[in-house]
Amino acid sequence: MATSPRISRRTFIRGGVSAFTLSFAAPAFLSDIARAQGAVARNLVVVYLSGGNDSLSTVIPYQDAFYYSRRPTIAVPAGQVLQIGTDSAGRAIGLHPRLTGLREIFNAGRLAVIQRTGYENSSRSHFQGYDIWGTADPTLKQSEGWLGRYLETAPPDALLGWATTQELPRALSSRDVSVPAIPNVATYAFASPNVGAEAVRERAAATAIASHLPDDRAQLAFVNKTAQEAFATLDRVASVATYAGSIAYPNNGFALALRTVAGAMVRGVGTKVFWVQTGGFDTHSGQGAAGGGAYATLMSTYGDGMLAFYNDLRNQGLLNDTLVLQYSEFGRRITENGSGGTDHGAGAVMMAMGGGVRGGIYGTAPSLDPNPSNPTLENSGGDVKYETDFRSVYARALDGWLGANSASVLGGDFRTGAPPIV
Amino acid sequence: MAVDHEHIGHVLRRAGFGASASDLSTLEGMSTFETLAYVMNVDDQPDDVDSKIGSADYINVTARGPFSPNSNIEDARQRWLFRMVHTRRPLQEKMALFWHNHFATAYSKLAGTFGAIQGTKMMALKEGELPGPQGQIETFREMGLGSFRDLVVAVAKDPAMLVWLDGRTNTRQRPQENFGREVMELFTLGVGNYVEADVYAAARVFTGWNLRLVGDPNTAAGYYDFSYIPANHDPTAKTFTFPIYRDGSKTIPARAASDGMQDGIDFITALATHPATAERLARKMWNFFVSEDIPPDPEYLRGATSIYLGNDTRIKPLVQYTLQSRWFQNPANWHARYAWPVEYAVRAVKEVGFLGFSVDNMRAPLIAMGQTLFEPPDVAGWELGKGWFSTGAMLARMNFAATIAANQRFNLATAAANAKDSPDTFLEYFLDRLSPAPFDSQPLDAMKAYIVDGGAWTGSTAQLQSKGAGLARLIVGSAEYQLM
Repeated sequence: MATSPRISRRTFIRGGVSAFTLSFAAPAFLSDIARAQGAVARNLVVVYLSGGNDSLSTVIPYQDAFYYSRRPTIAVPAGQVLQIGTDSAGRAIGLHPRLTGLREIFNAGRLAVIQRTGYENSSRSHFQGYDIWGTADPTLKQSEGWLGRYLETAPPDALLGWATTQELPRALSSRDVSVPAIPNVATYAFASPNVGAEAVRERAAATAIASHLPDDRAQLAFVNKTAQEAFATLDRVASVATYAGSIAYPNNGFALALRTVAGAMVRGVGTKVFWVQTGGFDTHSGQGAAGGGAYATLMSTYGDGMLAFYNDLRNQGLLNDTLVLQYSEFGRRITENGSGGTDHGAGAVMMAMGGGVRGGIYGTAPSLDPNPSNPTLENSGGDVKYETDFRSVYARALDGWLGANSASVLGGDFRTGAPPIV
Repeated sequence: MAVDHEHIGHVLRRAGFGASASDLSTLEGMSTFETLAYVMNVDDQPDDVDSKIGSADYINVTARGPFSPNSNIEDARQRWLFRMVHTRRPLQEKMALFWHNHFATAYSKLAGTFGAIQGTKMMALKEGELPGPQGQIETFREMGLGSFRDLVVAVAKDPAMLVWLDGRTNTRQRPQENFGREVMELFTLGVGNYVEADVYAAARVFTGWNLRLVGDPNTAAGYYDFSYIPANHDPTAKTFTFPIYRDGSKTIPARAASDGMQDGIDFITALATHPATAERLARKMWNFFVSEDIPPDPEYLRGATSIYLGNDTRIKPLVQYTLQSRWFQNPANWHARYAWPVEYAVRAVKEVGFLGFSVDNMRAPLIAMGQTLFEPPDVAGWELGKGWFSTGAMLARMNFAATIAANQRFNLATAAANAKDSPDTFLEYFLDRLSPAPFDSQPLDAMKAYIVDGGAWTGSTAQLQSKGAGLARLIVGSAEYQLM
């Protein structure tokens, strides 16, 4: 993937940034030059909020009286909400007060908020939900991930995908493309009990041993293939370990993973799809009151990390090459439970961010009126009903951003009703 | 491992954590049947492993201040790893690990809720060492081969679980669904055997199964204990879509709140004796003990489920049936399971050597391999099988092989001195001492080439040390070694 024009472009950009450090009108301009050079290499970064994000606390219908009556403890007071406007149904919405970074990106026109995404008969199971969103298949028959299937259409490379998690996410699993999980670039290096030439000999022997892929020993071949991928990626990953970012990132796992992603882009390792995850969203208890508490901490982590990433990419001239897509496995119940939290629900918010994103509000907020006939809710008024099929958002990203054929990747045409986020 | 040890090695890898040289000398000459009896009859072996901590001839623990395995989670991890390395009851620790994954509970939520001391006590307190009920892992050690129904009841009352799945806040006024859902989805029936309405009913069943505080929670003397609070219990009837009672009735009757705990007992009994639970446990046992390469044999499933249901949900007969089965005995199924990181690391330590090594040195590598004890990623446990083998995790395994090989360099060179005649005898020594799946000729040739890479074989002390450590690293870091 790492073609020479691409590397020379990186060199140009990095030199350019240092030349223009004092003038940050520069980044968009630099990126225009890069684009004009024809060296466009688009990335997709998935940000996964693990545990089932309470979307009604992320994007808040703050003028809906039922929001307050059904969430007497955990509702965010209207005065604290970061207003972002009114959707096409005339419902005023705002971001959680800790999402100041995302509002900044929204105001720059580079954040799309897609309300009420999901699918029919939404699963309330974390694990099914995770698999359904990962495979883009609510019937759970598909075992490969939607991004894994996309990567199968790209020219093979050991770093085509990069998960910053410990485990490979379902979305990136594929029968043919092995995606590395690299949670920590610093420890992603070869160790030997010996040093110098002896360590080199040992690495050569280990590489030779791992090259054995016997047809009649599937488990052995699988592990050896993984070891081979590790050896094949060591040196390129090492080049990312020294990346410090053009700006300071918050010191938490989520932000530092985003910094690694930025580093991989800046170093031009050739990755098309990155996976970044942050957890703790299974907020059955103690979500917090008055815009504070545990959920607010989650929002700070999410929003501050995204802003740092956005600014870094802008400084590096990479914003226009990048699409960030955020989702979770489901939304949460509308009425709070007895533990100051919320149980598993259905429809949820997705977000998209990047230089190519058409920012704005897509879809409509639910009315939270518990009347069972309320068409924006399901489960007898208990949960938010989806309006936009999540697969149509995937389709838009695949067709409109990555230049793929979404119908063949997703195994069906989901373009109808897709929000035009890119 | 010598040829006549191979069946012993197989039993101990699967039903334990592998065999050290001293384990092998204890079991030398035993038949497969005798080895199985030794492993299965846990109570015949002394439960004295904790008393060996700090003794010479055992792996070290690293104390930062007083060693506090009941109130400091890092020390709790050290004690559990020490037990895995040295226990004389390997199946007991193995089952504790199995149930730790099955009822996956993570320390971080407990500590985040009630602080590090209470969080550690809830996970790992050994009864009597500090005030309070025993920790979850001790319950698994105690009950791991007993009645599954009793185990689920114990788990439902377990303080760690009451925090982890929020049962402590489950009240009649505000039912909390978290435990009610997972007890069906993950602990017993599995998805597809219940509907959402069952989840709501299950939450009401466990209303009032809460916690009480005794003493000062900021000290090691204070603790949380299970407490059934009748006033919080929903006394009305609960109806399910599947039978709760033997007469086919699907409704738990309304009963006085003071008797309301019986709701949970009835419900768990129904879940534990449900055929879907029997099959789910049988499949897990197959994957854990027999093979992850081939799916469960239908005849095995029939046998295992009837053993389980016919023995009042007791686990020991199910394990025994599995280990004595022809599928377990069949050499085609040896080395057919992907080692979990702790299984891999503990076995590497037992086989390469542990004198002068500390269990604490396994801690950071295990994080990188993807398995931190007392910290499963979520309530579904770890992603087993192929899921362990991301490139980063595989690299971490290879690098742990380098760490233990470097640490044991001199012990290995001394032990291998008698095998220094030729590269072949030297290699044979290491293949015998360690227990990888058989190597095909291509990787074997790569190892032979490695031994003479850089200079002809002389058997010098320097060569024994560098090539010995290098070979241990290559074998323990190989794919063959990851299959147990």
